[in-house]
Amino acid sequence: MQTEIKISPQTLDIQACINWVMLPESGGIDVFIGTVRNATKGKTVLRLEFEAYEKMAISEMEKIATQALAKWPVQKLLIHHRTGVLAVGEVPVIIAVSAAHRDAAFEACRYVIDTLKQTVPIWKKEIFKDGEVWVAAHP
Amino acid sequence: MKINILAFGIAKDIFGGSTISVELANDASVYNLKYSLEQQYPRLKKLATYMVAVNNEYALPEDTIYETDEIAIIPPVSGG
Repeated sequence: MQTEIKISPQTLDIQACINWVMLPESGGIDVFIGTVRNATKGKTVLRLEFEAYEKMAISEMEKIATQALAKWPVQKLLIHHRTGVLAVGEVPVIIAVSAAHRDAAFEACRYVIDTLKQTVPIWKKEIFKDGEVWVAAHP
Repeated sequence: MKINILAFGIAKDIFGGSTISVELANDASVYNLKYSLEQQYPRLKKLATYMVAVNNEYALPEDTIYETDEIAIIPPVSGG
């Protein structure tokens, strides 16, 4: 298995993700860890709520993984995404990519997170003291 | 035909639930569905954009909808 894709309501395990992509043949691992930020445009964020259209989200993430493997000489590629309520500092997403040489790992990892944000049907709601908003819903 | 539609994110708020059911002509397209929903739920038109997924794939406006399809409304995504 060259890729592992998962959506989970449980806390994501960063070290387990890194271990999963590491191979004796690897020369480097690139990891992107998304974290819940405490503010948006100066407003204090209390928490985020993530929701996924799970079946389709998995299938869109599989497409992204397939594209990344076709574009770069990557050894293993992992995408884990959280759902549910996340506090500031918690981790909604981990992308981990191993490759023999760093360029492929860096570029593939960036491609995966950038494309995930554009195409994968997952939504986050920001909860403020005085209200809440679905991110990116309105122009 | 009557089709059930799944809603996520802000679409759930707009529809007032995570599924709604809509009556459509038998050879309706994705475009027809969007038009019909926008008449019933004008707030959809205020969104930055929204897509329709048919059987877990993004659909084009001209795609035909069948009664057995799984249809979902996909407002702007914001994962990561």
